[in-house]
Amino acid sequence: MAEVSLKGVKKSFGRVEIIKGVDIHINDGEFVVFVGPSGCGKSTLLRMIAGLEDITEGILEIGGRVVNQLQPKQRGVAMVFQNYAIFPHMTVRENIAFGLTIAGASRQEKQQKVAEAARILQMEHLLDRRPSQLSGGQRQRVAIGRAITRKPAVFLFDEPLSNLDAALRMDMRMEIGRLRRQLGTTMIYVTHDQVEAMTLADRIVVLKDGQVMQIGAPMELYHEPANRFVAGFLGAPSMNFLNVDVLDLDGEVAMVGNQSLEPIRVATRRRAFRKGGKAILGVRPQYLRPVQSGKGLLHGIVAHAERLGSETVVDLTLRDNCELIAAFNEDKVFQPGDAMELTFDTPLAHLFPDELQTH
Amino acid sequence: MAVNPDNYGLRLFVRYLVLCLIALIFIFPLVFMINSSFKPDSQLLADTSSLRAFLPVGDISLNNYFGAFRRAPVGLFVLNSVLVTGATVLLSLLICSLAAFSFAFLRWKGRDVLLSVVIATLIIPFETIAIPLLLLVSKLPWIGLDGLHWGWLNSYRVQIIPWIADGLTIFLFVQYFKALPGELIEASRVEGASWWQVYYRVVMPLSGPVLATAAILKFLIMYNQYLWPLIVVQQESYRPVMVGLGYFFQLNVAWGEVMAYLTLITVPVLTFYLLLQRAFIASIASTGVKG
Repeated sequence: MAEVSLKGVKKSFGRVEIIKGVDIHINDGEFVVFVGPSGCGKSTLLRMIAGLEDITEGILEIGGRVVNQLQPKQRGVAMVFQNYAIFPHMTVRENIAFGLTIAGASRQEKQQKVAEAARILQMEHLLDRRPSQLSGGQRQRVAIGRAITRKPAVFLFDEPLSNLDAALRMDMRMEIGRLRRQLGTTMIYVTHDQVEAMTLADRIVVLKDGQVMQIGAPMELYHEPANRFVAGFLGAPSMNFLNVDVLDLDGEVAMVGNQSLEPIRVATRRRAFRKGGKAILGVRPQYLRPVQSGKGLLHGIVAHAERLGSETVVDLTLRDNCELIAAFNEDKVFQPGDAMELTFDTPLAHLFPDELQTH
Repeated sequence: MAVNPDNYGLRLFVRYLVLCLIALIFIFPLVFMINSSFKPDSQLLADTSSLRAFLPVGDISLNNYFGAFRRAPVGLFVLNSVLVTGATVLLSLLICSLAAFSFAFLRWKGRDVLLSVVIATLIIPFETIAIPLLLLVSKLPWIGLDGLHWGWLNSYRVQIIPWIADGLTIFLFVQYFKALPGELIEASRVEGASWWQVYYRVVMPLSGPVLATAAILKFLIMYNQYLWPLIVVQQESYRPVMVGLGYFFQLNVAWGEVMAYLTLITVPVLTFYLLLQRAFIASIASTGVKG
């Protein structure tokens, strides 16, 4: 087990800078998820920790030791890949024992550790099969088995569930959660799936364009996003953003409104706004409630409704022609064209600066 | 799409008929060679004007085979060729795959330039470098059991070593290696494998098709060697089969014995082919390379 620490880590391919100075400290035994849209550099960052990519600048420490120049095998990490990367010419048993074979472990040790891994992953009956005889989920279990037999200090997962179908993904997600509790090892997990990030992580690192947008516990990021990107990235359906006018400023509270939004008071959370300027109001679809005419804060017309059974997602067009998504926690019927008024608890709304305008 | 069974059978029949006819065209020279090897010269020449050339009829005997063995040390030539070919093929698979491994997986300065130079050697015909190469090998040192020698002429090594590495084989391996999933290599690196272990535990076991292709191509080139052994080997004891053919084209050509000799030296090729037949077909289908 070990801490992992990245200090001012940068990565360039030729002249293109992919990772633009990242500082992250991961505690011993912590489960940290790197999340972000494709091309944000999350996989590159993980591969740099694994030793598969050089570090252009900065310091990487694993277990208090600078490992920038060390080969992957000297870093004490194990990695699970998106495409499983299990060896097609070996049986499951040989695949799981691969790291031990390389390390020159005795036959007895291999047998014992393979049996242990197989028991943890419930795949004793598959040991003599070839990878071609396994399903996707089973293959990924083999890859995880190969990773755990060596008892690494840090586990690295590179989008391990992306190639699995939805049902299997949920099973495997729970299995990884269980594994994590069982092993207690430091784990770094890369995904673009925010559900995986929210459910598995102790802390989430949100990345965008090679920079850290925010680091924090899942609920911290959900309830207190540091910026508009994090707010929009976490949560499904994603947060609504409305262009609003700042009507008044009073210390930590701003009065905002626009053509379709009645004036409301929102906490500025120490962000800078200018009276008479523009701002972005973020409201999660789940926080919106329909109310009877005359009592709503938002006024719109139903454009489209999706009934999911436990939830109804409504797509509205507001008075100023903005789109708005509302998610109601019940099964309700809405007709396109219906006028609708919505309200929400203003403390749950977030106000962000309008990046396009100078303050 | 629904298939009409009658129509399907007919089409299958026509398809096989065409394939059989093509196969016949390819097999006729072989049939002619084998049948002629049993006939005396006079009958052999007379038969060439009719279909009897392809049939084992008339005065059939093994006399030509006895004649061939009297005229040339056939066994020695076949042994020499098999030895030289076998050694070259094995060493070539090892050396070329290692070279290709470094071109495909390792990062080093000048790699891409060197690879293009290696590939560029494909366009140089052997005839242009035969004489410079002859001058070179005639002066190279060699340490054998009986001490230091100068000059490689009249030996097995002069027939083997210059042919081990070649651009085509390296190129075949490089292409195949680059198509292997990169994550397999990375996974084995993270699991602690050295590059050498990656080579023999992961890459080589997955390289069956390209090994077969490279082996077959090299085998055919080496077994059919003529010009190079002709100029570097004067001693009969190191002579390979193709150079041995010259023994039968003296003052008067003994056609029956030529056919018997050719039949005999075809046996190793056919054996090798039959052993590797499945791999051969699979590899040609997968790489698009023709031998």
